[in-house]
Amino acid sequence: MKMTIKSLLLCTSILVMTAGGAFAEMVLNRGNNGDPESLDPHKTSTVTEANILRDLFNGLVAQDAKAELVPGAAESWTVSEDGLTYTFKLRAGAVWSDGSPVTADDFVFAWQRVVSPETAAEYAYMLTPIVNAEEITAGTKKPEELGVKAIDAGTLEVTLNAVTPYFLEMLTHQATYPVSRANVEKFGADFTKPGNMVSNGPYTLTAFTPNDHITLTKSASFYDAANVKIDTVNFYPTEDRSAAIKRFEAGELDMNDDFPTEQLADMKVKFGDQVKIGPYLGTYYYAFKTDKAPWDNPELRQAISMAIDRDYLAEEVWQNTMIPAYSLVPPGITNFIASPMAYADMSQLDREDKAKEILAGLGYTPETPLKMEIRFNTSENHTNTAVAIQEQLKPLGIEVSMINTDGATHYGYLESKGDFDIARAAWIADYKDPENFLALCKTGAGNNYGQYSNAEYDGLLAEAAATADPATRMGILQKAEQKGVAEDLCVVPLLFYSYHSVVSDSVKGWEPNVMDIHPTRFLSK
Amino acid sequence: MLRFVLRRLLTAIPTMFLIVTISFFLMRIAPGGPFNHEKGLNPAIKANLERLYQLDLPLWQQYLNYLKNIVQGDFGPSYTRPEFTVAEIFATGLPISIQLGLTALILSTVLGIAMGVVAALRQNKAADYAVIAAATAGSTIPTFVIAPLFQLGFALALNWVPVGGWGDGALINKVGPVLTLMLPQLAVVARLMRGSMIESLRSHHIRTARALGLSDYSIVVRHAMRGAVMPIISYAGPAAAGLLTGSIIVESVFGIPGIGRYFVDAALNRDYTLVMGTVVVVALFTIIFNLIVDVLYAVVDPRVRYD
Repeated sequence: MKMTIKSLLLCTSILVMTAGGAFAEMVLNRGNNGDPESLDPHKTSTVTEANILRDLFNGLVAQDAKAELVPGAAESWTVSEDGLTYTFKLRAGAVWSDGSPVTADDFVFAWQRVVSPETAAEYAYMLTPIVNAEEITAGTKKPEELGVKAIDAGTLEVTLNAVTPYFLEMLTHQATYPVSRANVEKFGADFTKPGNMVSNGPYTLTAFTPNDHITLTKSASFYDAANVKIDTVNFYPTEDRSAAIKRFEAGELDMNDDFPTEQLADMKVKFGDQVKIGPYLGTYYYAFKTDKAPWDNPELRQAISMAIDRDYLAEEVWQNTMIPAYSLVPPGITNFIASPMAYADMSQLDREDKAKEILAGLGYTPETPLKMEIRFNTSENHTNTAVAIQEQLKPLGIEVSMINTDGATHYGYLESKGDFDIARAAWIADYKDPENFLALCKTGAGNNYGQYSNAEYDGLLAEAAATADPATRMGILQKAEQKGVAEDLCVVPLLFYSYHSVVSDSVKGWEPNVMDIHPTRFLSK
Repeated sequence: MLRFVLRRLLTAIPTMFLIVTISFFLMRIAPGGPFNHEKGLNPAIKANLERLYQLDLPLWQQYLNYLKNIVQGDFGPSYTRPEFTVAEIFATGLPISIQLGLTALILSTVLGIAMGVVAALRQNKAADYAVIAAATAGSTIPTFVIAPLFQLGFALALNWVPVGGWGDGALINKVGPVLTLMLPQLAVVARLMRGSMIESLRSHHIRTARALGLSDYSIVVRHAMRGAVMPIISYAGPAAAGLLTGSIIVESVFGIPGIGRYFVDAALNRDYTLVMGTVVVVALFTIIFNLIVDVLYAVVDPRVRYD
């Protein structure tokens, strides 16, 4: 009898434990490198917001754990033969978190909202390939004239201005996410508040305390809810990276998407392979003012580029959290072969000899030096980088001086086409395509700070834009990079970014990828 | 006294007007604007944003609009947090900064006075040296060192408190921020109090009190401390305005959702309305605390009369 009671107790406790295990809430605490500017997908632009919005909303296409394109709110799509019309078939039965169906009309409404001047969306340009988008943003056409049409509740037709092979990649950006027409019309700007917001992604918004935390709860109405394991995800803004690492160490955070690079060696000892570093689609570069003497001479630009020891910058200044760059387009874009500079494979000593020779030919020696001012935005590592370059160029007869200003002043100055010799800038990919980088050197482009202008280069970009065949197109873009970057140095690529984050061993499903995106729906604990 | 307070409150109006006007134009002289980021915007989009926030109007008109709006309590939208108005940002963050700042202020004043008195009474003895050493350390070690050290020691090594986070206002989450905020103040108050107490103990009226045979307690607490506390009041007024409006270091290291961060962030982002909001808040606090200090003078020192 005694035995029976004991085994009964044991059975019960096992049952309770299993049940407890099965129903225990799975909570993920994510450190995010800042507080979102907004939770309105159409009013945001940075990765800080993207990390949260990706969990809340589901665009037409989505990205899997490896950042590869997968169907999102659209189950499938077809592209017309001329490459100009995309027809998206929405997922049958997909609903918003309030139970109402996600319709093609919601997308029409959302995209008209993105491009309309009243919204003043910073990332309206994500939809510029669509017919009339640019004109609507500029105020010359009405939002209703945008090239999107709801054929029926489940079919969306999009018409483009020209063949845009990277259009689907662009649709992974949060600025293209749908919003519920009924929801936005009901609450106006307040639709993003907890309790008001209706979303169609794997999670819904539960709480938002600015600068403290954002809580998302698993949405039962998400089409793939059965495969979403994390029940609750908390995003904590972690502006202070050192403090974030301490919170990670204490177990308060399961992951954080940044760390103080100067602590890398120490962290590797402490955290082992919980420290994640890998290539990221971003380039750190300097731009010469190419329309001003003497910097309009590509030969001079090449000599200076050769003399910069990128290995030293990556290893010593950036503690190996950056990778030496000899092309503008970073590695990691499928089917694209970069065109590195001719001296990419030379040793640094040989490069310096060659640079000396060119500079002497141009009349610059330590006795008759050339003055060059580097402009950069204030940051310890930008300063260290500029100081290292100053030292590297000194023996070659280049006298470097520096001017640093805060970010808004720096970019305001560059944008207003202020006068400078060479300036620091960077580009982080909005979508996975070489065009996103190479457009930086297009004549008249807003981010073409160096004012590079070359008909052949522009021609190659235009040709690529009109080419539908992916392989041919990549070939043309490769030629463009060869001409504009490798030969002309429209910008001087210095380093490629890498992602550097900490992810607890208890988090499963974290896949390294060049976009450094990790949707919570693919993670578990 | 009431007339004095009223008069001071009335003179605050032109003071605030001057502060707002000077800040408004100074801020606009700064190069760059709210929409200059690493990724440049195309001109049409930038123009739309400027129209949305009425930055396309002539500067004098923007200034008049701003004045008109703040008189009605409308501080405008924040450019970097378009979902919130500046007033909403302060409504959520300011109570948190005040809560931490006020706790730190009270603790540092009370403890600082006690430490200063003990040191003064035991001048050149062990207790005095201990207070001087602690005060010197407290005022020379900067907050950005104290805060991470606190986290390393009390959170990571001892596991007594969480490393960071607000924890919806849990007491345990406030220990670190309050201690970090109060230590430098405590050091200053203790040193000030020690100095003025020593001076006060040597004054004629204390000698007279001793000669009259008053008890030690009465001499120290009722007579010596009363005079000695004046410099503390002068110091604590402006210090309170600083403490109650938050600290960027304490808030970012401990992840506290106060308003301290906006002093730097708003300026760097050229978030004009938010910058103006912080200016107005700090100016108001400074005016109010200076007034409180003047009133306290009269309460503590019978020689001070305002009427």
